Amino acid sequence: MSGLVLEGISKRFNNVAAVDHVDLSVPNGTFVCMLGPSGCGKTTLLRTIAGLEEPTSGRILIDGKDITKLPAHQRDFGMVFQSLALFPHLNVGENVAYPLRIRGVGKADQVKRAEELLALVDLGGFAGRPVSKLSGGQRQRVAIARALALSPKLFLLDEPLSALDAKLREAMQVELRKLQQRLGITTIVVTHDQREAMTMADLVVVMGNGRIQQAASPVEIYRKPVNSFVADFIGSTNLLPVRQAMDGQGVSAPGGTIPGVALGAGRDQATLSVRPEDVHLVPADQAPLTGRISFIRDLGASIETFVDAGGTQIVAVTSPRERAAFQVGDTVGLRLDPEACRVLSS
Amino acid sequence: MRPEPPRRIADYSPLAFPAVMLTVFFVVPFGIMVMVSFFRRQQGGFYTPDFVLESYARFLSTFFGGVLSFSLGLAACVALICVIVGFPFTYELARAKRWVQVSWLVALLSVLSLSEVIIGFAWSTLLSRTAGISNLLVWLGMMDKPVALTPNFGAVLTGMVYQAFPYTVLVLYPAMARLDPTLMEAARTLGSHPLKAFLTVVVPALRNTIVATFIMVFVFALGSYLLPQLLGRPQHWTLSVLITDQAVYQSNMPFAAAMAVFLVLVTLSLVGLALLVGRKDAAT
Repeated sequence: MSGLVLEGISKRFNNVAAVDHVDLSVPNGTFVCMLGPSGCGKTTLLRTIAGLEEPTSGRILIDGKDITKLPAHQRDFGMVFQSLALFPHLNVGENVAYPLRIRGVGKADQVKRAEELLALVDLGGFAGRPVSKLSGGQRQRVAIARALALSPKLFLLDEPLSALDAKLREAMQVELRKLQQRLGITTIVVTHDQREAMTMADLVVVMGNGRIQQAASPVEIYRKPVNSFVADFIGSTNLLPVRQAMDGQGVSAPGGTIPGVALGAGRDQATLSVRPEDVHLVPADQAPLTGRISFIRDLGASIETFVDAGGTQIVAVTSPRERAAFQVGDTVGLRLDPEACRVLSS
Repeated sequence: MRPEPPRRIADYSPLAFPAVMLTVFFVVPFGIMVMVSFFRRQQGGFYTPDFVLESYARFLSTFFGGVLSFSLGLAACVALICVIVGFPFTYELARAKRWVQVSWLVALLSVLSLSEVIIGFAWSTLLSRTAGISNLLVWLGMMDKPVALTPNFGAVLTGMVYQAFPYTVLVLYPAMARLDPTLMEAARTLGSHPLKAFLTVVVPALRNTIVATFIMVFVFALGSYLLPQLLGRPQHWTLSVLITDQAVYQSNMPFAAAMAVFLVLVTLSLVGLALLVGRKDAAT
């Protein structure tokens, strides 16, 4: 198939598996976010794709061609490093033109192409400036322009926005996504920020313990997490230990029963994941699941209500408009939307 | 926190001891030497207080010019070889495993602990006809019969590079260790062969460090005194040897003093240059 394919990629350091049998295929033009906690192997996997690490086993194919043994400088991939790695002895224009200079492109063409690339990232007219005189966001753009200079087949970014402040980071996320859509280039971004992944990606790859836990669209990852690792890592969620109810109608949880949920054949207990915004607070006599309110956090735009249901904490997020007359200490009913409940394989 | 600037005379008291030591053991002797360099030499004897430029005028002789240019050339060769060999070596060292780094640095520091005399005699033995490495080459069948590799210019150069190399590595090491390793990786992903990446990124990024190291090793080699005598012929003797010869054996103190003053000035101006380059490095 066309695009990037990883087949059983493993990378071991001193017999510790940083990346463990990863299979992934990325169609051309896809924006992929590799998401995971630090130490989950996502950066190692990216470096392996870039050719900076050699996989212990497995194959990397691009458009059907095996590039596992190809050295980094022959892969034609653009990469943006977490440290940005701008060359301190070169100015902005020379940094962007560096890959062209290495390829022996003529001086005039170098300057012209560097100007084009800088205009692409809204830095037109900055070519003559020293890198040290730029702000964090501008350096970021220079690094992106430099990585795109050779019109790479694959654009790799390792935590590219982590050094920027929150506001600039959000603006850059949108910008990066727009740029990728305009150029139609296959892009892989490594991040530990799930908002970043949700904003930009076509395909979110959640990694944990060196393995891919789930690879799917952002909405699917959020709505249909396959296991508790993904459910817990993406957004906040309530994880409830449940067992098959005696009467066969729904499941029983600490604090009551949840009707309309089935565990599936052959199982009598599982973990149920439900997002805080899918938990509705109702008077205690209107729901089979009840609990006592232990804490209310009013964040202005939303209200988080912490409910102690038979020893398990359940968080409900509601908008201020529907703030009911519940107080800390009240017993409330919890209505869970069966459609929003997700039974996880443990 | 920024310390307060000193306000009263008493605040300067911690400086008193070093200042006195520096005055008594450096400024005063150096002043005497400067004075003596202007004194008039008594033929066949001592010298009398005066103010003549006789000694400095002798700098114009071809003999002095020859010794001076040999000294400068030798120091430049030593510095060049040390930097060319030491730069890639230190680059690899700074990226090696911890225990590899430690063992190399310990080995280099132990070379620093050797005196010039020991280095000189060790190399003169190693390069000799009777006991030197040429015997090893004969034994391996690579040479017909052992040869004497000393005294000659190559032997002087070898000994001095051996002596200056640890300094070179120690001066280069901090800058190498600070260098962002992703610079090389970035260059590689941008299409640079690793060797080309080293030459187009690491070398220019550390240009000022290289210049400063070159000057430091140059200054270090300029003062060499013993190794040229132990490993070289008289035509390989440096300015320091000539100064000693004039002062001790020819009893021409004013000329020796004038040469010493000259050597100090050359050295100081080079150190100043190194500082200037270093400051430019810090500014960027």
